[in-house]
Amino acid sequence: MSGIGTGYDIYSSTYSPDGRIFQIEYANKAVENSGTAIGLRVKDGVVLAVEKLVQSKLIVAGSNRRIQSADLHIGIVSAGLQADGRYLVQSARDEASSWRDNYRQPISGKSIADRLGLFVQAHTLYSSVRPLGSGTIIATYLDGEPTLHMIEPSGVYWGYRGCAVGKGKSVAKTEIEKLKLDELSVRDAVREAARMYVLKIIHTAHDEAKDKDFELEMTWICEESKGKHMLVPKEITEEAERLAKESIKSEMEDA
Amino acid sequence: MSLKPGEVNLGTSIMAVAFKDGVIVGADSRTTTGSYIANRVTDKLTKVHDLIYCCRSGSAADTQAVADIVQYYLQMYSVQQDEPPSVHTAATLFQEMCYQNKDQLSAGIIVAGWDKKKGGTVYNIPLGGSLHQQPFAIGGSGSTYIYGYCDSQYKDGMSREECVDFVKNSLALAMARDGSSGGVIRMAVITEKGVERLFVPGDQLPVHWEG
Amino acid sequence: MNHFPSQWGKPRQENVDEYNTVPLYNNLPQSAAGPMTRTQQPIVTGSSVIALKYKDGIMMAADNLASYGSLARFRDVERLKAVGENTIVGASGDISDFQYLQHVLDRVMIDQHCEDDGHTLGTPHIYEYLFRVMYNRRSKFNPLWNALIVGGVHKGERFLGYVDLKGTTYQNPTIATGFGAHLAQPILRKAVEGKEDTLTEEEAIKIIDDCMRVLFYRDARSMNKIQRAKITEAGCEITDPYSVSTEWGFAEKIMGYGA
Repeated sequence: MSGIGTGYDIYSSTYSPDGRIFQIEYANKAVENSGTAIGLRVKDGVVLAVEKLVQSKLIVAGSNRRIQSADLHIGIVSAGLQADGRYLVQSARDEASSWRDNYRQPISGKSIADRLGLFVQAHTLYSSVRPLGSGTIIATYLDGEPTLHMIEPSGVYWGYRGCAVGKGKSVAKTEIEKLKLDELSVRDAVREAARMYVLKIIHTAHDEAKDKDFELEMTWICEESKGKHMLVPKEITEEAERLAKESIKSEMEDA
Repeated sequence: MSLKPGEVNLGTSIMAVAFKDGVIVGADSRTTTGSYIANRVTDKLTKVHDLIYCCRSGSAADTQAVADIVQYYLQMYSVQQDEPPSVHTAATLFQEMCYQNKDQLSAGIIVAGWDKKKGGTVYNIPLGGSLHQQPFAIGGSGSTYIYGYCDSQYKDGMSREECVDFVKNSLALAMARDGSSGGVIRMAVITEKGVERLFVPGDQLPVHWEG
Repeated sequence: MNHFPSQWGKPRQENVDEYNTVPLYNNLPQSAAGPMTRTQQPIVTGSSVIALKYKDGIMMAADNLASYGSLARFRDVERLKAVGENTIVGASGDISDFQYLQHVLDRVMIDQHCEDDGHTLGTPHIYEYLFRVMYNRRSKFNPLWNALIVGGVHKGERFLGYVDLKGTTYQNPTIATGFGAHLAQPILRKAVEGKEDTLTEEEAIKIIDDCMRVLFYRDARSMNKIQRAKITEAGCEITDPYSVSTEWGFAEKIMGYGA
């Protein structure tokens, strides 16, 4: 990076002469090094999934959750520095709760994304704080309407039908782009997410990470979950993973 | 929550009724200090957003202050959220103010309007600051005289004309029996298309038995 | 930092304080409205709530009336609230305070959902929490003007407790608030005590309906449109509003003072 050594990358409150803020770009690096997270917005709900690197054999299965709730109807997953993700979710909970205090109604997906976008952006303004090293996907489901947003460390956010963030985001994005998301059900989305996860594991099995263990964490918000953001039931996840492995195996044998 | 000495009171007969295409809000025009009529042509129908009105009863000062604050909140809301607020949103903002400051305020407010999600809607916020959604609401000192009339005459899904007559007759009856209500009848018909203000002068009120 | 130069210790003077920003009194002795008072009074109120333990769990009932003094002002108010899977909170007293409490309970349950640690708040926890809220508020001389009944089933145990605006609490197999404490409680005790483990659902419904009928006959702030809740291991169910049968025919023969 051209900025290195020039002194323009020390504070996020300082631009480089060509108009970049290096600290934000470094924060993006932190995001790119993390386990992949995806979000799929389909016709009847939203599904979030993350490929979780299991750091040690001593860790209890299912612990260190990466996907969290900010309200009954809001799911958030972030890739990057885990602690920053949790900090962001705390802020999301405060926003959602304060909205409920003011309006006695749940906050909309658009509004929570906007508030969090401002929050993330505020961390790029001051020399006393560090930009958040977290790419964040926000899923909501309210009155039968699913939403999906993704915020980058700069504070920029967009609404998506499907999105991916983290180490395997380009592989995941190509896979997601093949899907007709508006026609899928959440059950389909769960299967597709499991398939992407299995694909990713097989692709990276030859990489340096081959000795590492992975776990698939998957949540949804839909009618089946009574409009609440929660883990996809274990049976459904396991079944989806098993089917994905089988189909990919047969595809590879055919090829 | 009694009025403070010298405070101006909106003695008042107010009401709001949902009908087929929206809501009608209505009010008398009398404001009193004790038994002196401080204003005989008051407008107690206050706009807080394009398609949301409130009818004010209780202390004039308190209800104006509350309505002004809510109007400001709703303006901010519609700009920030890029969509008009729902009637429910307006009503909860009123409720929040009335509930949190219940020891300081004497305000009985009816919030009514039209929104995309629920069409014509009416909320009643009586003295303590509770919130009640109703097909129609009446309030103010004059309302106590017309509970029976309103219960017997109200119908679901009235036409605009039926609804205007219902509001006009109810308010005229209340104004005829309540010393703290009187003057003219002001109404506002709120539908998806907008707001139309109606006016009945004090010498052309519907006449009922006057024996 | 105080950014009003006029308040940097100079006397009130027109050349430094053009707009008279220095108040004449820095501390008014008291507000214009008189001394601050905090003890409110209930305004829009609900009457009795009654509840009992029976074989399968808890049964609770209340009518749908919110009175404004003696005026039957709102006749569609729900005074039984489900909190989580296995708890019902029933409220008498000020309706605005009950609406506030419902909001607080919703918030607590959402916080719990976000934690997502496998723990859920059971009936005793919700009861203890409500007690703490009620006691805190009475200690600020600003009570929430309610008498609440909390009922539910937690880990196979039936739970039925009372908490009110003063922070008073007790637990009993039968509980009634307001007028119900005078009119329904004796009936409930006679019908339930010692039979908590054998009463069937049908029997419990009959006892509840009998009590609600007496309350309708004798409580001037009641109405014959009621809801009944049942909480069992399986969850809670609140009925749609319904009426109990009443008997008036005998009055036809009653004439004169009866002396």
